[in-house]
Amino acid sequence: MERPLTKNIHAGRQPLSLKEYTTTGGYIALQQVLKNNTPQEVQQLVQKSNLKGRGGAGFNTGMKWSFVPMGADAPQPKYLIANADEMEPGTFKDRLLLEGNPHQLIEGMIIAAYAIQANISYVFLRWAYKKAARVLEQSIHEAYEAGWLGQNILGSGFSLNMHLHTGAGRYMCGEETALLNALEGKRATPRAKPPFPQVSGLFGKPTIVNNVETLCCVPHIVNNGAEWFQSLSYSEDSGTKIYGVSGKVNNPGAWELPIGVTMRELIEEHAGGMKKGYRLKGVLPGGASTDFLTEQHLDIKMDFKSVAAAGSRLGTGTMVVMDDATCPVGFVHNLQHFFAQESCGWCTPCREGLPWVEKILLSIEKGEGKQEDIDLLQMHTQLLGPGNTFCALAPGAMEPLQSAIKYFRDDFDRHIREQKCPY
Amino acid sequence: MPTIYIDNKPYEVKAGKNLLEASLSLGFDLPYFCWHPAMGSVGACRQCAIKIFKDEKDTNGKIVMSCMESVKDGLRMSITDSTAQAFRAQIIEWLMTNHPHDCPVCDEGGSCHLQDMTVMTGHDYRRFQFKKRTHINQYLGPLIHHEMNRCIQCYRCVRFYRDYAGGDDLNVFGAHHHVYFGREKDGVLQSPFSGNLAEVCPTGVFTDKTLKKHYTRKWDLTAAPSVCHHCSLGCNIIAGERYGKVRCVVNRYNSSVNGYFLCDKGRYGYEFVNSVNRITEPLIRTLPVEAVDEATLMNHLKDLVTLYPLIGIGSPRASVESNFALMQLVGKENFYQGVSGDTAYLEGRMTDLLQQGTVHSVSLKEIESADAVLVLGEDIWHTAPVMALAVRQSVMKTAAAQATQQNSLAAWHDAAIKELVQEQKGFLANITILSSPLDSISTIAMRNNPDNIARLGFAIAHLLNAGIPAVTSLTEKEMHAAKHIADALLHAQRPVVITGNSCCNEALVKAAFNIVQSLSTPQRKAGISFVFPECNSMGAALMRASSFEAAAERVRTDNNCTAIVLENDLYRHVPAAKADAFLSQCKNLVVMDGLHNRTTEKAHVLIPAATFAEADGTLVNNEGRAQHFYQVFMPVNTHIKESWRWLGEMKTMQAKASNGLQQHPDEWLAKLEITLPQFASIAKVMPPRHFRINGQAIPREPHRYSGRTAMYANLGVSEPKPLQDDDSPLTYTMEGYAGIPPSSMIPYFWAPGWNSGQAVNKYQHEIGAALREENSGICLFASKTGALQFFKDSPEAFVPRPGKHLLLPQYQLFGSGEWSMYSEAISELVPEAAIILSKKDAADLGAVNGTLIIIEKNDFQYRLPLVIHDELCSGIVLASAGFHGMPALPWGSWVKLNV
Ligand SMILES: Cc1cc2nc3c(=O)[nH]c(=O)nc-3n(C[C@H](O)[C@H](O)[C@H](O)COP(=O)(O)O)c2cc1C
Ligand code: SF4
Ligand code: SF4
Ligand code: SF4
Ligand code: FES
Repeated sequence: MERPLTKNIHAGRQPLSLKEYTTTGGYIALQQVLKNNTPQEVQQLVQKSNLKGRGGAGFNTGMKWSFVPMGADAPQPKYLIANADEMEPGTFKDRLLLEGNPHQLIEGMIIAAYAIQANISYVFLRWAYKKAARVLEQSIHEAYEAGWLGQNILGSGFSLNMHLHTGAGRYMCGEETALLNALEGKRATPRAKPPFPQVSGLFGKPTIVNNVETLCCVPHIVNNGAEWFQSLSYSEDSGTKIYGVSGKVNNPGAWELPIGVTMRELIEEHAGGMKKGYRLKGVLPGGASTDFLTEQHLDIKMDFKSVAAAGSRLGTGTMVVMDDATCPVGFVHNLQHFFAQESCGWCTPCREGLPWVEKILLSIEKGEGKQEDIDLLQMHTQLLGPGNTFCALAPGAMEPLQSAIKYFRDDFDRHIREQKCPY
Repeated sequence: MPTIYIDNKPYEVKAGKNLLEASLSLGFDLPYFCWHPAMGSVGACRQCAIKIFKDEKDTNGKIVMSCMESVKDGLRMSITDSTAQAFRAQIIEWLMTNHPHDCPVCDEGGSCHLQDMTVMTGHDYRRFQFKKRTHINQYLGPLIHHEMNRCIQCYRCVRFYRDYAGGDDLNVFGAHHHVYFGREKDGVLQSPFSGNLAEVCPTGVFTDKTLKKHYTRKWDLTAAPSVCHHCSLGCNIIAGERYGKVRCVVNRYNSSVNGYFLCDKGRYGYEFVNSVNRITEPLIRTLPVEAVDEATLMNHLKDLVTLYPLIGIGSPRASVESNFALMQLVGKENFYQGVSGDTAYLEGRMTDLLQQGTVHSVSLKEIESADAVLVLGEDIWHTAPVMALAVRQSVMKTAAAQATQQNSLAAWHDAAIKELVQEQKGFLANITILSSPLDSISTIAMRNNPDNIARLGFAIAHLLNAGIPAVTSLTEKEMHAAKHIADALLHAQRPVVITGNSCCNEALVKAAFNIVQSLSTPQRKAGISFVFPECNSMGAALMRASSFEAAAERVRTDNNCTAIVLENDLYRHVPAAKADAFLSQCKNLVVMDGLHNRTTEKAHVLIPAATFAEADGTLVNNEGRAQHFYQVFMPVNTHIKESWRWLGEMKTMQAKASNGLQQHPDEWLAKLEITLPQFASIAKVMPPRHFRINGQAIPREPHRYSGRTAMYANLGVSEPKPLQDDDSPLTYTMEGYAGIPPSSMIPYFWAPGWNSGQAVNKYQHEIGAALREENSGICLFASKTGALQFFKDSPEAFVPRPGKHLLLPQYQLFGSGEWSMYSEAISELVPEAAIILSKKDAADLGAVNGTLIIIEKNDFQYRLPLVIHDELCSGIVLASAGFHGMPALPWGSWVKLNV
């Protein structure tokens, strides 16, 4: 079983220096691309590899790049941005890559930038990732020193500058268009699409925003080919995925595994099963903004299609396990507290709806709930859907709520009936 | 034209619009908040949700925001779809979770867009059981009241204030359900367009603070369409009255003039009407008891107007009717403009050039859609504020048009366009004496003295037209700028050049004219705009009378005259010594005016004149557009009458019969057309006074007017007879024509379900375009062809004179108005009057900021504190102009300065 992204990352060890990275085969892909491939060829290769975005939406990365205007008439400058905001509750996979092997990301970014002919790149980093910030700063510096960044890289005529930008700590900044606004120094509110960032992105210029993990896959695809990448997985989605498990399991953590491992394998083998005395009650398979699945779904494959078929989303692939000693109402309240607080305040349904939802959940949890409250919650889950709100934050927030009501309705009803939290 | 299907019915709609605009234009009621017809869409409030369907078979459809989707041929949408309706009602319920529901004590109540939209969506029952979020309000200065709890976070305020009007001290702070719209800290809002917040904000967060002091609900106002009297642009306003006091001024949409917005001087300058300084009774100062009744007055006047030679001094701030009535009374050759010779000359020049018809005088709307603008000398931010706002739109729109050329974004897609445009700007060259807020959006911002600015203008004209002589010895920087500007104007399709007479410099006018005439081709619609000093300067100038100096000469040689001074404080126009001499040499001095001033003090006979609010009349704005204003209320004090009425009565006495004499505005205007052909077609500015629709007049009072029978019950219990308006098709009643009146006679915007000003949608045949059957005024200048003449006399370069300074006026938006100063709120905002010198000149005088400087010319002296502006040219001295109580200084002449 190959682990291209993490094979050189070892817990407790310092991040790979530039030297270590090159001795493990680093920057070969970049040299290869600059020497032998046109940007279009790189785009095609990545498209063929069927790499899908690891930031949550799962869009074909090569396809996304292909929307960028190319050629002499294309607006300049173009931008490539690594989305390292990672604030989805329960998600810590990008951190592993950032802290463990920063040059892998940098190389992926340079190749991606080359593929779209962008000359300026940013890493948009979560404010709280202090260590990653230090590591990245050092590594970007090294890359400049070594000539991997800067003017006329390896005499190819291609130039790229890279900047590290640390956010101010808002979940919203991870949404790619809000991220662009934040980078421009504006409020982190999202933008309407279309126009898509590929056409009018940062400072109104063509821009690609990709997740850290997505970009880290790129050098390996270049080195080993599209077929190899496809062959890594157990499913129709290509490659490996860094899966994570948190909750009351024996061995919480993150592991790089072929896409398509089952939920059961993840929880029972890699995470070591539930802690003694706890039973699995529900799982948020892809982070806090995905629908609950339950025990009955343990055997589904963790790929984009299968998780969707089961009624949830692969999301970031980092699951949160809820045990039977945790009150689902309290659990969901906690999530809604987060989402309500992180709402950017731009559109009415999210800004006004989420705090209402949060308050209702709290009152149910405190034993003050009324039967009508369930209707109100359900009304929100229906009306805060995609398209009704301006961006995907509120629809994401509704996913765990609607599925909690679906699977754990008894718990809600008991709270209301008994006017207390039974847990 | 694409066809769209709304609830299965086909409609032809205009391409390039969004579905909200299309639906509203078709007359549908579709609620919205964040979209604004002048500011486009951002998709924030989600109030305008509708459903669209893939095809006829699609019965599910999906919810979209109508403001965020373009019309497309064949598109199918539903407004009545139950899911869409429920969603729209839900939006209101969400907004209401935090809204304080304090309508009874909210100034917005009764004209509130949020109330209207709430009713429109049908939401009426509160399910939210928790505490509301609350905010702390801010002190934002004397114009705008702040009540943040009412906010529904539609973001319109910041979009208007920052993006549309270029202000930067109002912003949105915080996140999630704690977003806050205000300033970083308490303080006076800095934008001179801040008053528009009261109209832009759909709730009672931002309200008119002056109205608050004498609050009246919209439904209780007696209102009339009027025209702003505070500068030469003639923005359209609606003024409302109750109990004999003007309560507020709001915008009156006119697609060619001010569109949706006013400046703060126009909105808040009205309080002079209510001032204690009003002239309230006729005075005959030669009698032991000065205050007289009307019979005594008329008796006295009878002698004065029949036994003595008459001369009349007109006024640039009095209506066309009043000026003309005076001319009729005294005879054409005895009628003088009430402005100095220099001013009259320059205004005459500008008027001539426009009348000649070889250059096109542009409307504000045309300035907005210009694709390159050159400002020569005029500080329009202060002398023509809404023009500055229009110039800003031109800059923004041009940039948007350039940016969206490759990237086909619809014009309504505001946020996306802003992203694409970023810092790009359309072409604006702002060449002025002092810096201005327009500089921040200017491609070229240069400072110079008027002569050199004119030379730059001539140089530009030369580059456009080799027939105009080159200007020699320009600096390299000037040459470079001239080339850049000429190039930009040449590449524009709708270039506009703006200047005016505030620099007291004829060469500027000639240069602007040369440029525009050179640019005008059948392919290129070039335009010119001259800014004038007062609301009817153009109307007065068009009468082609001699200036004040000629009148002074007349009374100097003939000391037996009766002079009638019409609404004019001569001390604001000519040096005090000249005014004194003139006034003392008149045998009889009759002055008619609204407020007491230095001239009225000297009157032998003082006659109370109606202000704009108590009068009907016509003004000609800087463009040459005649616009009619209607009486807002009839003063209880019957001594107060329109000047034209007083003058008409005097004429009757003089003629000893009223046969064939004019008594009403329509008659005055008809007579004017015949008498002075330059006013041809001005009578069309208003319908005849007997005009009726279905036999009905147009009510000034809305259908919800309350207290008619009770208002004066403390004085008498029988209901007074409604006042009779014999001068216009408007009435002082609630009864009358209930439909949409002709556009120039709209006393309030109000439609079923639309109580707020946003009812204007219903008055437009297309959203954001002209009003239904729009009469946007009568343009007095027609384009004519003929041999083109150019000016060849570029001025010499400015050379400072030893020991002397060229004195020029510096206008202040708040401060320079004669009457806006009587608005308490505005008077709070007036900066201290000052003189301005360059650093070098100040140093030469040994003066520092604050040093009192004496301006001297002959035996004239005036003293003001110094403010040093480094950018000012050496050799020039600027002084605050037209401030309250300040005399006219010898503008445009060389003065001596002393400390
Ligand atoms: C509220 C919200 C937060 C998000 N946060 C992140 C994030 O932290 N990191 C990330 O890569 N994508 C995040 N996304 C997804 C991004 O919008 C975007 O789809 C992604 O960065 C694209 O990269 P990919 O194509 O490589 O997946 C977020 C989306 C939403 C709606
Ligand atoms: S759904 Fe609306 S309020 Fe919520 S984060 Fe997105 S844009 Fe902001
Ligand atoms: S203050 Fe008014 S305009 Fe501004 S966001 Fe709130 S409701 Fe909208
Ligand atoms: S710009 Fe002039 S006419 Fe318009 S509102 Fe202001 S003062 Fe009045
Ligand atoms: S008006 Fe359409 S979303 Fe606000």
